[in-house]
Amino acid sequence: MKKEKKMTLTLPIEEHIGAGNLACQGCGANLALRYVLKALGQRTILCIPACCWAVIDGGFPHSCADVPIYHCAFETAASTATGVKAGLDMIGDKETTVMAWAGDGGTFDIGLQALSGAAERNDDIIYACYDNEAYMNTGIQRSSATPSGAWTTTTPVKFPKDQPKKDIDAIMAAHNIPYLATASTSYPEDLFKKAKKAKEIRGTKFLHIYAPCPTGWKSRPEDTVKLGRMVVQNGIFPLYEVEGGEKYTQTIKVKDKKPIDDYLKLQGRFRHLKPEGIAMLQDEVDRRYARLLKKFENK
Amino acid sequence: MKKVIMGNHALSYGAMLARTQVIAAYPITPQTQVVELLSEMCADGTLNAKFIKVESEHSAMAACIGASIAGARTFTATSSQGLALMHEMLHWAAGGRLPIVMGNINRAMAPGWTIWTDQNDSLSQRDTGWLQFYCSSNQEVLDTVLQAYKISETISIPSMVVLDAFALSHTYEVVDIPDQALVDEYLPKFKPYATVTPDDPRAFDGLTGPEHYMELRYKLQKDMEKVPALFEETGRQYEKIFGRRLSAVEPYLCDDAEIVLVTSGTAGYTARVAVEEMRKKGLKVGNLRIKMFRPFPFEDCRRILAKTPKIAVLDRNISYGHHGIFSQELKSALYGTGNQAVFAFIAGLGGRDITADSFREMIETVSRTDRPTEDILWIGVKR
Repeated sequence: MKKEKKMTLTLPIEEHIGAGNLACQGCGANLALRYVLKALGQRTILCIPACCWAVIDGGFPHSCADVPIYHCAFETAASTATGVKAGLDMIGDKETTVMAWAGDGGTFDIGLQALSGAAERNDDIIYACYDNEAYMNTGIQRSSATPSGAWTTTTPVKFPKDQPKKDIDAIMAAHNIPYLATASTSYPEDLFKKAKKAKEIRGTKFLHIYAPCPTGWKSRPEDTVKLGRMVVQNGIFPLYEVEGGEKYTQTIKVKDKKPIDDYLKLQGRFRHLKPEGIAMLQDEVDRRYARLLKKFENK
Repeated sequence: MKKVIMGNHALSYGAMLARTQVIAAYPITPQTQVVELLSEMCADGTLNAKFIKVESEHSAMAACIGASIAGARTFTATSSQGLALMHEMLHWAAGGRLPIVMGNINRAMAPGWTIWTDQNDSLSQRDTGWLQFYCSSNQEVLDTVLQAYKISETISIPSMVVLDAFALSHTYEVVDIPDQALVDEYLPKFKPYATVTPDDPRAFDGLTGPEHYMELRYKLQKDMEKVPALFEETGRQYEKIFGRRLSAVEPYLCDDAEIVLVTSGTAGYTARVAVEEMRKKGLKVGNLRIKMFRPFPFEDCRRILAKTPKIAVLDRNISYGHHGIFSQELKSALYGTGNQAVFAFIAGLGGRDITADSFREMIETVSRTDRPTEDILWIGVKR
């Protein structure tokens, strides 16, 4: 008889967001909050600006979460969270975790000023960005998190995005905040640990979570987990943390960095790319990755 | 305790006495002294509050919203461009029914760059769902902050306490600063209607479909309609404790008046100089100062002006393509109630002085004709 391989459940079994919410099939953003809340627990207040999660949670008077949520204006995730935290402090609640939970548009673009303000003041909040690399909620328009070469409804195939993705992690690291981490929904234990760590640190914590979007990327819902692994293994989205703006640690080591081709092939948004286009993207990924590797060595 | 303080500091003392718990503000001339004094009070422990030094007015209001929904009493102050930048969040605060109190120093809007007074900044925010109170003395500024908290927290609608740039914000007057114990009696601890808390996890201000949205707005309007009576009641309570009556409108010699000058802000006291002078000459002139602009005091205006043949409204503001805004509102209040002639004057934009002469000119113009000869009667404009 074949010996059965035993699986160890490393994440808490408790759920804080319910099934049957309004997420699309294969939604990475849905997984992201599910794992993060397992780490933070029920005594967490979410500040959610305009983003997919403003819808996923369910319209008034419903909510799929067992944590309280304040739905705030698009560019105010950080400043609203700062206010909630200050308010809690003044009414004597020093325990509850306050987390801004925003998409890439609300973080890289319209909410960047408020985020920078909160980070500079080192306000005691977690700011988490689930990054699906475009304005998905409004119908797949490019954001500054959209990678170069990608199709979106505002970067059509004839003129795909020709600027690289904004390096938000470098920007946030430059604020010298106590903790910053990148994470992928396909490495739930790594994501869990980082969220848990963020909860214990005082000051501004930034979590940048890669969240595949089958609807916007024109990928198959069943490939979401696969894409979340490939993007780490090919060096497009390395998983690491930065403490105090200077101590870089790679949390998921990549032994044999894969080419990006297979990753691109699974997504309709890159279907138009010709070999020379792919080569250019590969070059960009390699350069970015090499730059980061030096930081991992803390040189 | 009586102190000689500037209008801006009257706002700070009001916020201090209200035991404001969270302040989020960004500096802008001519508001700066409001927050400078508050930051000192927070630093030396006079006021037990968190002062969030945000990076913009937009974030200031967002942080106030966050703190308010967490259950804290909140305060901010701004002016002009800062208020305009807050615009989106003003809707959010009122739509979210959060009793935030804000001081706004009336400063004209750029371009060209200006720091001097007119009312276009706050009046541009009239449809955001905020209560608006235009003050005419430093004492009134302090008193109004306390009353504003009382009203706002009773009815879950935010308040804007408005004062003229420089003419009030930087003018020093004697102000009676009430005892903290009396203020605590008038304004007890903030008891929020609902808070964002893990003990009772709910989602606030999320996606709202056509099935529910309209009712939320209907309720806001219905509560707005309760404010005049609430103002009266809280004003009377204030008088009982502090000996000063606070009123939504302030009529002066209006009963028998043949001409009433309608004003707001500091111009009211200037108008009285002209009124007293005309009375000595035997001309029956009065002054009605409108303090509460939102909600508009329809009933008070109708009652006081019911038998006034001629009404001269002084607007230090303009709605381009229409009239001055107070005159629009007053006409709408009086429509169908009588046969009053409303003369719509505009003066003092961008800080040009409004003097007793301005009112003498208004009275002369009004005396000459039964009805206004022009839609807008401009005072002191170089044509």
